[in-house]
Amino acid sequence: MAIRILINLARFAATFLVATVVVFLFMRLIPGDPAQVALGTNASPELVAQLQHEFGTDRPLFVQYFDWVGGLLTGDFGTSYITRQDISPLVFDRLQVSLILVVTAMIVALAIAIPLGTIAAVKHRNASGILIGAGSQLGVAIPGFLAGILLVLVFAVGLGWLPAGGWTPPGENFGDFVRRLILPVLALASVQGAILTRYVRSAVLEIMSEDYLRTARSKGLSPTGALLKHGMRNAAIPVITVTGVQLAALIIGAVVIERVFVIPGLGSMLLDAVGNRDLLTVQSVVMVLVAITLILNLLIDVLYTIVDPRMRKGA
Amino acid sequence: MRRKTTLSIAAAIITAGALALTGCSAGSGGSTGGDSGSTETTATIALTGAPVNLDFTTTAGSAIPQALMTNVYEGLVEVNQDGEIVPLLAKEWKLSDDRKTYTFTLQDGATFSNGDAFTANDVKFSFERVKTDWTTTLKAKMDVVESVEVVSDTEVAVHLSRPSNAWLFDIATPVGAIFTENGVADLANAPVGTGPYTVESWKQNESIELATRDDYWGDKPGVEGVTLKYFADATATTNALRTGDVDAIVNLQAPELVSTFETDDAFTVTSGTSSGEISLSFNNRTEPFNDVRVRQAVLYALDRQAIIDTAWNGYGSLDATFVTPKEPYYVDLNDQYAYDPEKAKALLKEAGKENLKVTYKVPTRPYAQAVSEIVVSQLKDVGIDVTIESSEFPAVWLDDVFTNHNFEMTTVLAVEARDVLTVFNNPDYYIGYDNSKIAPLVTAADEADEAGYISGMQDVQRQIVDDAASGVLFLFPNIVITKAGLDGVPENAIVESLDLTGLSWK
Repeated sequence: MAIRILINLARFAATFLVATVVVFLFMRLIPGDPAQVALGTNASPELVAQLQHEFGTDRPLFVQYFDWVGGLLTGDFGTSYITRQDISPLVFDRLQVSLILVVTAMIVALAIAIPLGTIAAVKHRNASGILIGAGSQLGVAIPGFLAGILLVLVFAVGLGWLPAGGWTPPGENFGDFVRRLILPVLALASVQGAILTRYVRSAVLEIMSEDYLRTARSKGLSPTGALLKHGMRNAAIPVITVTGVQLAALIIGAVVIERVFVIPGLGSMLLDAVGNRDLLTVQSVVMVLVAITLILNLLIDVLYTIVDPRMRKGA
Repeated sequence: MRRKTTLSIAAAIITAGALALTGCSAGSGGSTGGDSGSTETTATIALTGAPVNLDFTTTAGSAIPQALMTNVYEGLVEVNQDGEIVPLLAKEWKLSDDRKTYTFTLQDGATFSNGDAFTANDVKFSFERVKTDWTTTLKAKMDVVESVEVVSDTEVAVHLSRPSNAWLFDIATPVGAIFTENGVADLANAPVGTGPYTVESWKQNESIELATRDDYWGDKPGVEGVTLKYFADATATTNALRTGDVDAIVNLQAPELVSTFETDDAFTVTSGTSSGEISLSFNNRTEPFNDVRVRQAVLYALDRQAIIDTAWNGYGSLDATFVTPKEPYYVDLNDQYAYDPEKAKALLKEAGKENLKVTYKVPTRPYAQAVSEIVVSQLKDVGIDVTIESSEFPAVWLDDVFTNHNFEMTTVLAVEARDVLTVFNNPDYYIGYDNSKIAPLVTAADEADEAGYISGMQDVQRQIVDDAASGVLFLFPNIVITKAGLDGVPENAIVESLDLTGLSWK
């Protein structure tokens, strides 16, 4: 168990380091230069060179790399060339927004998926089960941003029930915060909910055909009762995995949704920074996302060992 | 698992509660509570393209002056909605007989938002700082200034090394912004000016909140504050206007979204003129566009009114040279290359370019995507085979096209005011126009009297058009949609500044 966690931590550190090199090099391989973007069509070669010197982007690559990674390890992401502001506070500010969005969407998605997926499995021969199956198929096929646009058209522009976008910090006006959160969360959760419903359904179906459930039912439990008493814990294992993987996917999906709903999260920050070739900001945001994904993987692994006793003996 | 189920149920209950709450509190498409939309004492304006920081002395782009000039920073003079230069921090000015010395009489009693009094010393400090501290090419506009002489607290004499008609206009642009010595420590985040507004807060890529100053020297705006909200996507701006999150959209870049507002009494739609031209730029240096006949052929092949109608829903107007109708020396040369595909074919034949293949680098911007397809089809009609290459804007386009001149034909929205000389009077500029014929005309015009300036600059335009130096597809419209009760949003965008000083609610 301890060894398992150690191996995981080592893997975490190695992946993180490799990722820093990859993102650093990638941002320097794509065409475009922050000094040039800052000066736009008022640039001359002399002024661009002057600004590059000011930014420090004329230094050797490895100097720039170690300068950045050194800061990263102490939580200091440096100062953005383009905005002339400290990056760290802004990243964590934006991260909060994205996390609220993603976590709420995930909770809503699970709240949809677990009951619906279970019903779809238990009643897989009835109309309700078939209906849920078909509905989730449809949900998977609709991209999140399209769901977002449709939601805005119906509930904001058409009916005027909810704002079309924007963001109010929860501390500022909680009612307004909730109202602005509903549509983007629904846009993300409808797609995720459909995906997870299918996973829950197949996980439960698989469990239902297991021997021990048949044993339980022969003792007089109803199918649903047997499932709830003995099956759900095992069915949870694949669902936890998928939830973890889908959380990472949700963070990516949130980038697009933040654009549609004009939400100042990490996603829109990343898109703006890439557009402006704000190198340090892009690198820092990407590393925060990488770290989150890696931490999620670690957590899934730990949860596994808790849910599934067989895992504890291995490794 | 049981714990998880409980959690899900709890979440479902919270969501349901929240939904119910919304159902109760939501009005029907009207204004919303909180910090957004109209509270009748403030206004919220939707804009596209957020400033990356607040310092136009080191960062280019029109977004910063759009928000800050005349609102936070003021110059000695400003340009009004008709394109005329009118007094601002200077009450009046005199030009010496040799046209080399401008003597400005200054407003007295004007103060900066940090409490500093505005005096002639600030003019000297600001003008000299352009030469020492500015890092954009705009700084060259102060090169003509030899010295700034403080005559008294309210009088300043600016001595030029040669007469210059352009200079007085230039100081109405950001180059002429007046700073205080105690207010330049953090220009990127904390601007200090003499204007009627101060920057209350700036959320990067989101919004700028301007608050009205009680101690402003001139006529105070009719609102207590203005919030500028930035949107990356035009549909989001019109949605925000519909749902009451913003009170006006300025310079909407999606004309197809206008029609629903035009028939709605709750909104006012105007389509004014701007300083932005949608270009069809040629690389004058290299094949095939180093041949004037090929450039002329392309201009004859373009049906520009059809481009406006198809690509931009009929919004926008014809323009030939990057000089716009609101400039004093404008001359209408739109008929010189009236649509004539036969003439285009003849010119191509004459140039020996009958099976011409051209690469067209199109920036990833809505206006460019919209015009590119129709340009391609019109050129195809005269036998020019155009291949579109998408170019990420701004980063890749600036690197590839603007800096490395690696292009044959491109399109860009040139928003700078009075930019005809920036584009054509510099052979190193990206289009590489040979300015040997216009350079002497430009110099003479700048040093001449008023009448000589105008006639000289008209000759410059005629030469540029004769040479077919660049295509101008159309003059970009300034589409403004406001809630019917909001007054004072400027109709035209002649200079970069979006003047918000006249805002008021009916």
